[in-house]
Amino acid sequence: MMGAKPALLRAGLLLLGLGLLIAVPIGLNRYGVYIMSLWAVMAIAAMGLNLTLGYAGQVSLAQGAFVGIGAYAVAILMTHGMPFIVPLLVAVALSFAIGWALGYPALRVQHHYLAFVTLAFSTLVYLIFRNEEWLTKGIYGIMGFQRPTVFGLSTRTPLAFYYFCLAMLALATAVMAWIVRSPWGRAFVALRENPIRALSLGVDTRRYTLMAFAIGSAMGGFAGALYAPLVEFVDPTPFTLALSLNILMMVIVGGSGFFFGPFLGAAIAVLLPEWLRFAQGWYLVIYAAFVMALLVYTPTGLLGVADRIMANRRTRRASAARAAAAAALDAPGLNPEKP
Amino acid sequence: MSNIVNLLLAGLATGAIYALVAIGFTLLWQTSQTINFAQGEFVMLPAFFVLAALNLKAPLWLALLIGLGASLLVLGAMFKLIIVDPMLRHGVLPLAICTMALSIFLKEGVKESYSAEASPFPSLFPSGNVSVLGAQISIQSISIFVFALAAVYLLQAFLMRTSTGRQMQATAQNPSVAKLLGIPVERMILYTFLINAALVALASFLVSPVYLAKFSAGETLGLSAFIAAIVGGFNQIRGAIAGGLLLGVVDNFAAAYVSTQYRGAVPLFLLIAVILFRPQGLFGRAEERTV
Repeated sequence: MMGAKPALLRAGLLLLGLGLLIAVPIGLNRYGVYIMSLWAVMAIAAMGLNLTLGYAGQVSLAQGAFVGIGAYAVAILMTHGMPFIVPLLVAVALSFAIGWALGYPALRVQHHYLAFVTLAFSTLVYLIFRNEEWLTKGIYGIMGFQRPTVFGLSTRTPLAFYYFCLAMLALATAVMAWIVRSPWGRAFVALRENPIRALSLGVDTRRYTLMAFAIGSAMGGFAGALYAPLVEFVDPTPFTLALSLNILMMVIVGGSGFFFGPFLGAAIAVLLPEWLRFAQGWYLVIYAAFVMALLVYTPTGLLGVADRIMANRRTRRASAARAAAAAALDAPGLNPEKP
Repeated sequence: MSNIVNLLLAGLATGAIYALVAIGFTLLWQTSQTINFAQGEFVMLPAFFVLAALNLKAPLWLALLIGLGASLLVLGAMFKLIIVDPMLRHGVLPLAICTMALSIFLKEGVKESYSAEASPFPSLFPSGNVSVLGAQISIQSISIFVFALAAVYLLQAFLMRTSTGRQMQATAQNPSVAKLLGIPVERMILYTFLINAALVALASFLVSPVYLAKFSAGETLGLSAFIAAIVGGFNQIRGAIAGGLLLGVVDNFAAAYVSTQYRGAVPLFLLIAVILFRPQGLFGRAEERTV
């Protein structure tokens, strides 16, 4: 009974969340629906980084670059008239391959050094987007590609495309849930908690490090592949280092290493600035102050706090149960040591 | 020939600024494991303190003093007490993210409260050129170089020769042992933050006349100082100096001889190469791996 309750609660919360996600955008205007779609896309990207960072413990400041790679792959291939599914698969495969390659430095250096390598990579990718005009059209950007038609249903309207993003988010979530529960997921956590012990227990840390990077990056590419048709215009400006930092912020603020952390983090990073629009130019200042205050109050992220509260309650309940048991033991005739 | 000398000297002047900022960076890392992503904005801000004081009709010398004082208070003491102290024990990453948020906060705050445009900043040195080995070098560049190096030299002397400086070094190397030896570790860490604030204020006063005071001025400068610190050696002051000067020169030569589009890529390749083949930096010492 005790075990079933949290599972039921979780399933209920999931259904409620899903219901809200389906119902809310119906009442929103075009821009509101766009923001919700952007949230779904960013949640996918942050989920990928959460696997690399939160589960496998490899710091990456390059997730934004993979979103860019995915977006450009889709934009370039779709302007050449390919159906959406082909560019989508190419975007994911390409990000996977490049992510795998980016994992190699992680075999040599760790922690902040790794962060710096990925930071440099991220900036280099931006320079390529901006300068290789034969491929990316440089600062003029690529447009003239259309949103896909899925199973005969057009996603041209914002609302239809939002539901398409939501479905893709659900797909990504399912894949991620499967990975995290699989032996791979446990190997990733072992890698984060104690790489040397993992190695000594026979976990191929080398392969799993590369894998953590590759899968996380592929998620980034997947998000990018949705970003391109969402905005219907791809140019280098969104894919600066700032995007990578922003996605990293989503992961940390939501709760690094918690499955639903990226959803919350992306919600804060994408939706909160919009709610603060009433403050005009100051909205980013307020947003930044909020993020700082949040992190100072709870460095483990929002779900970290929830986790702490739950753990406290469990401990309290357990000690209450213990006290009750002790009182029962104190009943006459049961405990000979006490008078 | 004169062109090369020109590039070299201009590069050294830029590099001296990078070095100032990079030193602060490494100091914060050493004493409190703070990777300050807002370091570039820390250089941007003091110039605006000065401009604000000038707008209130303060004379230049007073405005500079006010700028320095405000930097020490805001970027030194307040930064440590409000942001770093509560977050320190939760590891490097949340704190690093927090400094990213701080960088947005400072940038957007200045943009909204002062101006989104670049503002001229009074020059501290006479204009004009002098001839060095056939190259025309501005007095501005030379003064920047001399002032920055003098500051670095003073800092080195302070850290090496004075008792407080040595206590700060001990704190950086091993806080627990330093505490056992009776060194007031907390106060030493505070000094480090104050020194960083003074260094960025100086860098701000030196570069703002050249590049103008603008809310976004810190972006490239911060990244360059960051790269300089890593290339030179993240855990050594002399590494930061060498890295800063090297990066300034490389930067200038890249701008002249590599394509203008990819000049920014050269320091990044340098950074990747150094991290992969000599992660402790060109002049740093290796950090032991803890199991």
